[in-house]
Amino acid sequence: MTAKTASSEPSARTGLRQALLAPVRLVMGLVDIPMRGWQKLTGLNGMAGVFLAPNMLIFTVFVLLPLVINFIYSTTSGSAIFLQNRTYVGADQYRILFDCGSYLDPSTCAADTFWAAVRNTAVFVVFQVTVMLIAALATALILNRELSNRGFWRAVFFFPVLLSPVVVGLIWKWILQREGLLNYALSPFGFEPFSWLSDRFWAFFFAVFVSVWAHMGFYALILLAGLQAIPRDLYEAAAMDSARPTRIFRRITLPLLMPNLIVVLVLALIRAVQIFDEVFVLTGGGPGTSTMYITQYIYETGFASSLRNPGLASAASILMGIVLVILTLVQLGVSNRNEKKGARQ
Amino acid sequence: MTRMKSIGAAFAAVLLSSVAAHAGDVRIMWYSDGGEGEVIKDLLSRFSKANPDVNVILDEVSYDVVKEQLPVQLEAGQGPDIARVTNLKAPAQHWLDLRPLLADAKYWDDNFGAQADWMRPDGSNAITGFMTQLTLTGGFVNKTLFEQAGVEIPGPKATWDDWAAAAKKVADSQKVFAMAIDRSGHRVSGPNISYGANYIAADGKPAPIDQGAKDFLSRFVKWNEDGTINKDVWVSAAGTTYRSAAEDFINGGLAYLYSGSWQVSGFAQKIGDNFDWVMAGSPCGSVACSGMQGGAGLVAVKYTKNPKDVAKVMDYLAGADVQKEFAERSLFIPAHKGVAAGQMDFKTDNPHVQAALKAFVEAAGQTAAPAMKLPGWKWSDAYYSAIVARISQVIAGEMKLDDAYARIDEDIKAKVAGN
Amino acid sequence: MSAVSAFLLRRRGRGWHWTDVVTWIWLISGVILMFGPAVWLVFSSFKTPAALAEFPPSFLPYVTEQAVVPGYDKPLPLYNVAMPDGSTRVLAEVRRIGIIGQMVDPKQPGEIVKANIKDRTPVRQVEFAGGNYTEPFQRFDFFLFLRNSVFVTVVATAITLLVNSMAAFALSKYQFPGRTAVMLMILATLMVPLSVIVVPLYSVIGTLNLFDSLWGVILPTVATPTGVFLLRQYMLTIPDELLDAARMDKASEWQIYWRIILPLSAPALAVLAIFSVVWRWNDFLWPLIVLSRKELYTLQVGLNVYAGELNVQWHYILAMTVVSMIPVVLIFVFLQRFITTGIAGSGLK
Repeated sequence: MTAKTASSEPSARTGLRQALLAPVRLVMGLVDIPMRGWQKLTGLNGMAGVFLAPNMLIFTVFVLLPLVINFIYSTTSGSAIFLQNRTYVGADQYRILFDCGSYLDPSTCAADTFWAAVRNTAVFVVFQVTVMLIAALATALILNRELSNRGFWRAVFFFPVLLSPVVVGLIWKWILQREGLLNYALSPFGFEPFSWLSDRFWAFFFAVFVSVWAHMGFYALILLAGLQAIPRDLYEAAAMDSARPTRIFRRITLPLLMPNLIVVLVLALIRAVQIFDEVFVLTGGGPGTSTMYITQYIYETGFASSLRNPGLASAASILMGIVLVILTLVQLGVSNRNEKKGARQ
Repeated sequence: MTRMKSIGAAFAAVLLSSVAAHAGDVRIMWYSDGGEGEVIKDLLSRFSKANPDVNVILDEVSYDVVKEQLPVQLEAGQGPDIARVTNLKAPAQHWLDLRPLLADAKYWDDNFGAQADWMRPDGSNAITGFMTQLTLTGGFVNKTLFEQAGVEIPGPKATWDDWAAAAKKVADSQKVFAMAIDRSGHRVSGPNISYGANYIAADGKPAPIDQGAKDFLSRFVKWNEDGTINKDVWVSAAGTTYRSAAEDFINGGLAYLYSGSWQVSGFAQKIGDNFDWVMAGSPCGSVACSGMQGGAGLVAVKYTKNPKDVAKVMDYLAGADVQKEFAERSLFIPAHKGVAAGQMDFKTDNPHVQAALKAFVEAAGQTAAPAMKLPGWKWSDAYYSAIVARISQVIAGEMKLDDAYARIDEDIKAKVAGN
Repeated sequence: MSAVSAFLLRRRGRGWHWTDVVTWIWLISGVILMFGPAVWLVFSSFKTPAALAEFPPSFLPYVTEQAVVPGYDKPLPLYNVAMPDGSTRVLAEVRRIGIIGQMVDPKQPGEIVKANIKDRTPVRQVEFAGGNYTEPFQRFDFFLFLRNSVFVTVVATAITLLVNSMAAFALSKYQFPGRTAVMLMILATLMVPLSVIVVPLYSVIGTLNLFDSLWGVILPTVATPTGVFLLRQYMLTIPDELLDAARMDKASEWQIYWRIILPLSAPALAVLAIFSVVWRWNDFLWPLIVLSRKELYTLQVGLNVYAGELNVQWHYILAMTVVSMIPVVLIFVFLQRFITTGIAGSGLK
């Protein structure tokens, strides 16, 4: 992939680019002076530290520090925000979280909303990732065909990815309400207007549907890139052997696409566990708590609920973080193995 | 090049404004139920003209922001200088005592003293603000729908069961919803008390949920299940999120709405003359026909950097003439004792509004004793929140009613224990 | 059409295969499902509140016609009224009392005709309520929200590009102890969403006095792990010989970074820039939590605030939702190939 694009630009624009870049060049030149000094001090490899520093600083202050504080937070109680004003209670919050008659039945738990959220998230992840992968794969396979205006078709499926979750949630909430488009479209078939989002099954169904709708295009593009990397002559050879499409798919496409599929699976899994924005706007977690997922539980318990309990929210978020880490490591391990297998092939 | 300059200027403006606010600023966090935002803006602009050294900024936000974000800001020692709040008692430790800063504290005691306890910690005599209006929960009836259905509107002694039956008849005949109650624990507390509930135990701590509350709540759940009440309202969100049921009423799709007097101004604007509506007090339970008194209070926040300017603004807004004008234009029942006792000339030619406000004032006399104590009780908010969160789970089919009662008690206990 | 289908079916060579049918069904459904809701949104955003509230909804925005009738100061709405004798007359409504409307004939304003509200339907015409778009800017603070969103997006993207590329350079072109540890740490944060750290992050922001400031919105978001990995993958493909040659020419590391690495990474930078713009433009939860002053609200937070409850003015919400979609759609239309080739090329393999 060529990196230089300057040579292909029309000359009229390069003049503007030079003008815009001039102050940037100046600043960069000025920065170079202390940079050289620093380089003399630390040597070549030491400069890595300099380059890494800003990112790591922001990262430490705004990600690592809160993560560490979170652990401490989860050992405190009270409604104060600042750590110094909170009361230490040891592992009490965790005890409350794990205080359950049976882990499979949230109603026997002290923190029943937490376990309901965990169970909901588990079910959601299984269904949503499955549907997402199938939809993304199907879309990628179709987009990989020789279509005219492929750019347009790609755009069609990628469009919702760019929408903000608030917009996504609002659009579908608007369509699914009692006086909305879906009911209107179904009325000629004799269906009474139905409040879709007030029914536990349908609210879940549409939570899955809307999140797949919003993100499928992204994964489809990744898979499409993977499909396009498969050498054409493999397909041509198969066509000469009059192989059926399903056979081609199983024997050629799928194995060669596996690394990309794994990547997509990991990303989709991580995203699905963290689902919040669009579902929150769409259903608000309702009906009851049937579309409340773990992120919303943390948000409600830590911030929004009138019965807020930041310590408990903190403990819950630690547990969620642990699950995510385990999931990712497992998936990375599997993908590592697959890559090695693929390389040997 | 000029475009670059203006872009640069805009950036500079944002950079400057993103720096923290400076002295002389008084920031008011305000939410509106109806048209009162315009009124308060107008009143404040007059203050600003007379006091150019005080920069009053009115932040109009949605009710959710006040309910959900403000408490977190207060816990972090942040927030506006003045806020219009419904949950006054539980966060009372965050309000500023204006007593030493006011021009005439006695005037405040005389005119706002009756509700002062609602917005200060127990045992304190601080003056933290005033009620922007006094509200009462009660029912709104779509008279046109009842007429078209040929159903008589139940009288003042009618019970909840009577109302449910009548509304259902109207709903079946006119193909609308029968009844709706806002998604709020506060809203169902009046009816709970009408059936004999008492939230406050002898020692001032929350009592377990009692038979009176269970009597009404079981009816409420039953009506949600059999379709008398549109269950969308309570089921459309999780946790303690507030949802108003007024939308269906405004669209003429609801026969009976149980909400409160703060809706009157909004109804005047939005319903216009699409249909006739009346206010009908609170239906009776076995013990009383009570609603809940309350309202939103305008309170000063302890963490303000300009307490003297805040006191100036509060003194201005508490003045009798300002109170009278505010109430008359916003179609509110004023809390100011002097103004309420005098003649009110509500600025509306909508006959329904006049009648409704009058009906609310009359119905206020029906408020039962337990209901009067709740606005000034520290744990009211915890009780309301627990009820709304758990009962909506029952309505959504996630939980049995008996389990919900146990959970409500547990939730409240956890809150009292200081989580 | 036949040329298109011939082109499409070139590889098949023989009529319609079931995969072609599936393909076309999928593509057409895709257009309806993906574009449909957005198109519906755009059309609905031009409706008046009354038109929005009605069910069944109409596709095009309709508005009740009004007529100025002599003798009445305000224009009166027009209705088609079914008269008892079976004919239909166009009458203007003066007022409605109960279930009877008092109508007047605009051409003969003298007499009042009473009509049951069941017998009248409004006279409607298609009208695009452009006011839905202009009013929020004039009456509310949507221009402020827009400005804030632009500020946050541009500044955050600039900082992100700079900071992430520096880190990616360090991680791709240098060997130093602890490199794997750093990479694992950054990877770990991919797994830690904002919601996990939101409560303590709030207190950190408070301690730094960044509460209620746009910088409090910007700074926590710029050290994106995805950005670092994206750029690192790309920079790995830059030949080390270039760097060695530059070093022999006595170039400082900083000069290597910004004279060689940055220009050569331009495609990946472009991709990251596009992602960053979309992410920051669409950020919701964090600005919601950090910002309390209304004049600092970003567009998404402003939208959410106005989509509150009692004061729901759907016509404004829908219009502003469309406005908030515009930059994203523009990026999409003009820069789409960057995104797609970027995802393909910058090594998500």
